[in-house]
Amino acid sequence: MQKVYSKIESIVGNVITVRARGVRNSELAIVTSQGEQSYANVIKLDDDLVSLQVFSGAQGISTGDQVRFLGVPMRVSYSENLLGRVFDGTGRPRDNGPSLTDNMIDIGGPAVNPAKRIIPRNMIRTGIPMIDVFNTLVESQKLPIFSVSGEPYNPLLARIAMQAEVDLIILGGMGLKYDDYLFFKDTLENSGAMSRTIMFIHTASDPTVECMLVPDMALAVAERFAQDGKKVLVLLTDMTNFADSMKEMAITMDQVPSNRGYPGDLYSALASRYEKAVDFEGAGSVTILAVTTMPGDDVTHPVPDNTGYITEGQYYLKGGRIEPFGSLSRLKQQVNKDTRDDHRALMDGMIKLYASYKESLEKKSMGFNMTDWDEKLLKYGRLFESKLMDLSVNIPLEGALDLGWEILSDCFEPNETGLKSDLILSRWPKKLNN
Amino acid sequence: MANTSGRVLGVNGNMVTVEFDSAIAKNEVGYIHVGDDRLKGEVIRINGNTASLQVFEMTGGIRVGDAVEFSGEMLSVALGPGLLQQIYDGLQNPLPELAKQCGFFLQRGVYLDAIPNKDWEFTPLAKEGDQLRPGDTFGTVPEGLFTHQIMIPFNLADVAWKVVSIKEKGTYGVRDTICTVEDAKGTRKDLSMIFTWPVKKAIKLYEERLRPDETLVTKIRVIDTFLPVAKGGTYCTPGPFGAGKTVLQHMTSRNADVDIVIIAACGERAGEVVEVLKEFPELVDPKTGRSLMERTIIICNTSSMPVASREASVYTAVTMAEYYRQMGLSVLLLADSTSRWAQAMREMSGRLEEIPGEEAFPAYLESRIAEFYERAGKVRLRDGRIGSVTIGGTVSPAGGNFEEPVTQATLKVVGAFHGLSRERSDARKYPAIDPLTSWSKYEGIVKQAKVEYARNILRRGNEVNQMMKVVGEEGTSVSDYITYQKSELIDAFYLQQNSFDPVDASVPPERQKQTFEVLFKVLATEFDLEDKKQVRSFFNTIRQKFLDWNNVESGSERFTQIEGEIHALYQGKQRGVDPDAEQLI
Repeated sequence: MQKVYSKIESIVGNVITVRARGVRNSELAIVTSQGEQSYANVIKLDDDLVSLQVFSGAQGISTGDQVRFLGVPMRVSYSENLLGRVFDGTGRPRDNGPSLTDNMIDIGGPAVNPAKRIIPRNMIRTGIPMIDVFNTLVESQKLPIFSVSGEPYNPLLARIAMQAEVDLIILGGMGLKYDDYLFFKDTLENSGAMSRTIMFIHTASDPTVECMLVPDMALAVAERFAQDGKKVLVLLTDMTNFADSMKEMAITMDQVPSNRGYPGDLYSALASRYEKAVDFEGAGSVTILAVTTMPGDDVTHPVPDNTGYITEGQYYLKGGRIEPFGSLSRLKQQVNKDTRDDHRALMDGMIKLYASYKESLEKKSMGFNMTDWDEKLLKYGRLFESKLMDLSVNIPLEGALDLGWEILSDCFEPNETGLKSDLILSRWPKKLNN
Repeated sequence: MANTSGRVLGVNGNMVTVEFDSAIAKNEVGYIHVGDDRLKGEVIRINGNTASLQVFEMTGGIRVGDAVEFSGEMLSVALGPGLLQQIYDGLQNPLPELAKQCGFFLQRGVYLDAIPNKDWEFTPLAKEGDQLRPGDTFGTVPEGLFTHQIMIPFNLADVAWKVVSIKEKGTYGVRDTICTVEDAKGTRKDLSMIFTWPVKKAIKLYEERLRPDETLVTKIRVIDTFLPVAKGGTYCTPGPFGAGKTVLQHMTSRNADVDIVIIAACGERAGEVVEVLKEFPELVDPKTGRSLMERTIIICNTSSMPVASREASVYTAVTMAEYYRQMGLSVLLLADSTSRWAQAMREMSGRLEEIPGEEAFPAYLESRIAEFYERAGKVRLRDGRIGSVTIGGTVSPAGGNFEEPVTQATLKVVGAFHGLSRERSDARKYPAIDPLTSWSKYEGIVKQAKVEYARNILRRGNEVNQMMKVVGEEGTSVSDYITYQKSELIDAFYLQQNSFDPVDASVPPERQKQTFEVLFKVLATEFDLEDKKQVRSFFNTIRQKFLDWNNVESGSERFTQIEGEIHALYQGKQRGVDPDAEQLI
């Protein structure tokens, strides 16, 4: 059925309506306006009145433009050919490569049966000590990176994309500044990681509707690769822009807003994306790391708040570092017992000492006298921050643990660390010069 | 009677408007034919000859003009032996079966039999000629730990039915006809072990509803002693994300002293359900020595599953709870989280273009929440047995702020409020129930007056602590400082509980009573301590003793020994006993 409709009844925001029969809900259509084509999808049917959301925006669309229904929902091509490529939110190439139309798969597919899920059991090594040691990322985990605008969240994602021990990286950019897009592209190309990366990029100047498609495209592709046995890491930035596009769409469609203008289904919309993270028994897995910027550093803002209820922990990016106190990987207990016998104890011990360092630092800033113990803590804190917390540090977990012992032995006597004696006996670095 | 049919007029999200030809009922189930799929939906509004259907599946692909077939039945669940140990979605689709058929994904439009086709050992209790009413038992089958009663279907007319024939003792399939009854007019009904019941209708086939006066022991100290729950009562657990709502519910589901636990995972993380799914079959119920799964039913409609069936899932769960109550059993229903259920209502209400209430929740939010919690209750059945349904719901308030509509509407109707605090969970004080703002209207296992005395110390200790933040320790009097230390002792020893320690993870009521008595004596003591340094050192010592005590098994030699040491410690510094407390001892 390829009938062309050439009378548009109404144009409101990005939504147009035409009178047509036999159209399916969620079906894709092509709108041809002034020689240019844009995709649109059916979002509402009311007898013969069909509402369509135009992906490239309704600007310049005339009531006499043509609408052709395609009879299929939104799809994306799936094959090895996607690797190393960059696409926009509708799956058109953004690089100079050919457009891909073979083996099309539906996006936004059904949820995974909870009875088929398994308890997560494999860690993903990133080479970043604040993740590997202190808040381990686990296969099939979904974690947001809570951050304020201005923090280096995109460089962090790029580092993870380069270093993470996974088969495949899928980067979904939503509302990215064009500079940031180029940054990702250049960094990954220069590091050689581009060959295992697929990018779906929506930049801030692209049409809003396309922003909403990015996670679905990225996750649909990720899911298929995982079913084919690949360990996939999906990096999304920035989910707050995704939520804001949802808000924009909902309001132009006269939906009643629920909280600060966001639509009532914000939670469900975010959850259906995040819940795509899964470990397929006998096949691969999908892991999701998603930047969520917090407007005004407010974690109770609807987007980070709803996200927190969905995800399995969070990383807080503050002052250019992954903050050890607010950050939490809920799944770390599943894996850090099997890494190395000192992993858990060292993780707890070092964080406790770091907390004491913060107290000493506060005392110092208020002008109190510093005791010997305070001085030791201050030294420890400085070393900890520069050697482990700095985001540019790239060492494997075992190296990071060894470095941890190194730092402790540089600053403290063994009995001051609060660590168990048998661990100290086996792990405390033996110094030749004292 | 031929069922009504219709055709699709419009689609908006998961709301489908349908034009129909003859009579349909509100809440009736209809199926939309899309290609080869049949998508289930429920009628939620009727206007002239058009009806609005809330569809339980994704609505992509539906066309105007698609055929709709109405079933003539309200949204119902199947009730019968074989419900226990099952894992269902919100519409009672068995998920493991579905996985066998469809693989990793939840394929839409596939509806399987909720109750597995299995043979049961049937023992008749009624004989031919008996007059029975709906809800009366005519036979039994053994279902794991329980004697499952086979009852006259609740959906038959509430009149006397005469047993025309009944099968002898023997093994029958769950869907076989095992009994035939007829009413006064001679209408005959063939009965199997299964019948259906509409989920949104409460089952009320009992003699009378009783006051919930028996404590439901959860083996969690802060709940049983300070904030008790009663069998047949209701309680809610609101808390911000990461405060440990789900962990607390899992602890409760393991340890609660009830016959059956139904877990309704409603719109939450799938990973959390998986933990229950994988752990429960391994865990042993201390009461029966059998796997915990044998007393559990899981209704699982996680956040990425269709919203409309999330709305149905809590009703599905509570209907099953009422069914087992009808057999004289005590059932605990844990719903996690009711906020997601309320949000599902909000989404539907938005699509219906209803005038929104606060935060866009529908105006009927409060009455729906009240209706749901009111389905709990302790009842005396017609044969004199007592059964109960207890409902505990978590609430996930936006931004952790309890002033939002769902929390407030819930607080109006529940009997106990366990508010979780971010402050306590950040300080790793678990369970993170705030002892000062939370409340309970039920009776606990320890005498009320003693608990009140302890709570008062907590309250005053908190005031002293606030004050100390301003004036420092120097500006605090010794007696105030002692009160503060006493409150810290209650917190560290009694309110906090380590769910990873084998002994501390579940504390039976006898032990709670025993240890609380000792704690109470310390609280009642007026101490002979001169300065704050002495106070601090004394309380550090005694606190350490108490904490060690928590990890020692009851009845062991070490247990008695530590108790003796504690007595010696506080008696050594005793100047007298607070007269207010003396009357209570």
